[in-house]
Amino acid sequence: MSRTHVRTHVTCEVNGDAVDFLTEDGESLLNALRDELGLTGAKEGCGTGDCGACSIIMDGRLQCSCLIFAPEANGTQITTCEGLATAGELHPLQQCFLEGAALQCGVCTPGFLVAAKVLLDENPDPTETEVRYALAGNLCRCTGYDKIVRSVLDAGVQIRTSAA
Amino acid sequence: MSTTEAPPNTGTNGNSGYRWVGTRPVRHDGLDKVAGKARYAADLVLPGMLHGHIVRSPHPHARIISIDTSAAEAMPGVRAVVTGADFREPPPKGADRNLMCTVIARDKVLYTGHAVAAVAASTRREAKAAAEAIDVTYELLPHVLNIANAMADDAPVLHDNMFTRGVEPRPTEPSNVAARTVYERGDVEQGFAEADIVIEREFSTQAVHQGYIEPHACVVDCGQDGKTMIWCSSQGHFKVRSATATVLGWDTSQIKVIPAEIGGGFGGKTTIYIEPVAALLSTKAGRPVKIVMSREDVFRATGPAPGSIIKMKVGARSDGTITTAKAWLAYENGAFQGIAAMLGCMCVVSSYTLDHLYVEGFDVVMNRPVNVAYRAPSAPAAAFATESVVDEIARQLGMDPIDLRLHNCPSQGDPTPYGPKWPVIGLRDCLEAIRDSDHYQSALPSGQGRGVATGFWFNIGEASSATVNLNENGTATVITGSPDIGGSRVSMAIMAAEELGLDVHLIQPVVGDTEVVGFTDVTEGSRATFATGMAVVEACRDLKRQLCGRAAKTWDCDIEQVDWVDGAAVHGPGEHDPLTIAAITAGAKRTGGPLGATASLNARGAGPAFSVQVADVSVDNETGCISVERYTTAQDAGTAIHPSYVEGQMQGGVAQGIGWALNEEYIYTDDGTLENPGFLDYRIPVASDLPMIETIIVEVPNPSHPYGVRGVGEVGIVPPLPTMANAVADATGCRITDLPLSPPRVLREISAQG
Repeated sequence: MSRTHVRTHVTCEVNGDAVDFLTEDGESLLNALRDELGLTGAKEGCGTGDCGACSIIMDGRLQCSCLIFAPEANGTQITTCEGLATAGELHPLQQCFLEGAALQCGVCTPGFLVAAKVLLDENPDPTETEVRYALAGNLCRCTGYDKIVRSVLDAGVQIRTSAA
Repeated sequence: MSTTEAPPNTGTNGNSGYRWVGTRPVRHDGLDKVAGKARYAADLVLPGMLHGHIVRSPHPHARIISIDTSAAEAMPGVRAVVTGADFREPPPKGADRNLMCTVIARDKVLYTGHAVAAVAASTRREAKAAAEAIDVTYELLPHVLNIANAMADDAPVLHDNMFTRGVEPRPTEPSNVAARTVYERGDVEQGFAEADIVIEREFSTQAVHQGYIEPHACVVDCGQDGKTMIWCSSQGHFKVRSATATVLGWDTSQIKVIPAEIGGGFGGKTTIYIEPVAALLSTKAGRPVKIVMSREDVFRATGPAPGSIIKMKVGARSDGTITTAKAWLAYENGAFQGIAAMLGCMCVVSSYTLDHLYVEGFDVVMNRPVNVAYRAPSAPAAAFATESVVDEIARQLGMDPIDLRLHNCPSQGDPTPYGPKWPVIGLRDCLEAIRDSDHYQSALPSGQGRGVATGFWFNIGEASSATVNLNENGTATVITGSPDIGGSRVSMAIMAAEELGLDVHLIQPVVGDTEVVGFTDVTEGSRATFATGMAVVEACRDLKRQLCGRAAKTWDCDIEQVDWVDGAAVHGPGEHDPLTIAAITAGAKRTGGPLGATASLNARGAGPAFSVQVADVSVDNETGCISVERYTTAQDAGTAIHPSYVEGQMQGGVAQGIGWALNEEYIYTDDGTLENPGFLDYRIPVASDLPMIETIIVEVPNPSHPYGVRGVGEVGIVPPLPTMANAVADATGCRITDLPLSPPRVLREISAQG
């Protein structure tokens, strides 16, 4: 019953916290976030990078954490859905999703919020078409995307207004 | 947020006089979901928890000769291994056998992906490695994968004790046709003789998956005393309890099922696959066991909704009166008998008044995973056939397709195709809503095609329970047994708020486990807000009587002198100031103790649902690719309790229907392997595939519900299949009768037309 798996020590920054964990080389970053750090906001919907439920921001880029090996996270800066809100205040996207009824079952929601944040960070004034293409890597089976797209557009307005 | 000001009533009825019904409060479970804190079954970790992995058949039809688990048992981390032999013997036939043999194969495997064994080990990797070391010896059997082959005289038979029901005399030879269903009225030959135009077409649709983003997952912990806890993703945790008990031969009272948040279901999570396997592994190992399906396993072993072949013949007079319809339907059932064709027969001509009809359906088994419900099961394919033919009739007669449907529209008191008379229904209202919509009244942009279609679904009632407890501070907790798959919790809170006159934000709606709330049937059939809502209202009315009684005791007056008005007990003669809920609960110790009420009921009078939809599409003549340019759906909600989530159900159903129409299909190789068990090759619509989906909530109240609710979850998926096909016919002149309308097929059809 002996084990021979080699475990790698990974150090990175997640949602502003310096963290470290041990992981097997073939393990996905998604599993490391969920199992080692307890950050279960990112979900595994497919494990093949097709659904976007595991979306995270890594060094400023939108990534499917199921497609990244956990050791690759060493030295990186990561933001997950859990890192979007600040103490006592939701991110405008989170608030707009709530008010716009942009979620039903909610399992894709963390991934959509992360993907939408990357979009609005780069372009706070997107067109509907730009929102739709920016979110095309995230699958939602409940909403038909209508209220998600509207909520992202609304959040863009809020962000632009508060920046003005 | 202020808790005293009601948001404006933005439902479409506007004249209701309701304070909370028809408003759009933020859902109570929403914050956890946007913060990434909501707990789904796969998120749960228990101390000492093992990971389960299921071994699945690579063959579509084979006899299991032997299973050697010895190598797996000796591998690192392995704590338990089970095969079909560890489960109790199933009965020779019937629903229990089908369930038991779906959970784990016994003597035969009946589809690729069929579960044959399982392992529990310390880590996921160890469990997977051990599963791969299980050696199963199969004797391959010939297989059938489609309706035509399965119905052929010389077809390999899946079940040698399956004799077609509904055929006289009873067949002497077994076959893959599980059942034949017939509905008839009048004389179809007379109907065709009366017709000026007759159109007959054959249609086919492919199996599709519900496509919920969360794979099936559970954690099961069996104690040494046999007491079992199940955390799982399900549309009905009481069903998980009873089905797990059936499969294992256990007593339901030893099983407690705790519903996790559910990451989509759409009907696909109305049955079980993994819970009994995890339970047996947990019993053997003496540790909690988690099983999470991979996406590939979800595609290969769960769902799907059936493919179908439907022959449809409709006659009409030149004034547009439909004189008769004759339909032949065959639906895939997958490996075990279902009722898909029977449901298809009941739905197929429900949008029309017919004096003469003959509908014959066949439920056919084959070497595919067994069907599971998918949003208005069987109705979309049936509507595809009927609504395509009706569209063609309208074109040939030069009639507006909505006018033709209005001309043949059933009303209250008319007979349904399946027997009883229609209660109050809103089909006419939906047709008129689309006719009068901005979309339909707008000119079709050049180069595009426009299609319309109707859809019907029964909706159901069934058993529901609710408990409403008042807290010391005058707030309330509403506990129901209905898993919330699309915003039903906030709807329960709204109905309780309306009844009690309490701010909706002071009400916490909760989905209770099998031991804290009364029996409740599965969240299916668009029933949660209708039936469970009815139980909530009944419990609240009981509570109001109690509150009035407490006020009477406080005032030392007769209860008959107390009324409940705007959330307070009011003294009729006016000698006392009103007592709010908070005032009564604060003094509850002096008037009889805590206040709570429970209601359990079997809801009758579910209101049938209709939807009418219109789409504008453009078709790329070089690629065959269809773009949906504009889409509007009208649906009769009865009453919209929370209009945003009614719209959400309507839009979600439309998106799924568009996916079914345009792209989605199960593709099997000849050797029975599913070729596209992933979201890359099984392509559900993404945001850039769709336009905004405009919604028109029609409200024709259901007289059987205290607030008029019909249920809105399902019917929206029915019209998109024919709506898309009709729009493509309008755009290209090609009447395509096979789905999906994928680019290669559309290109082939428009090229053939020249």
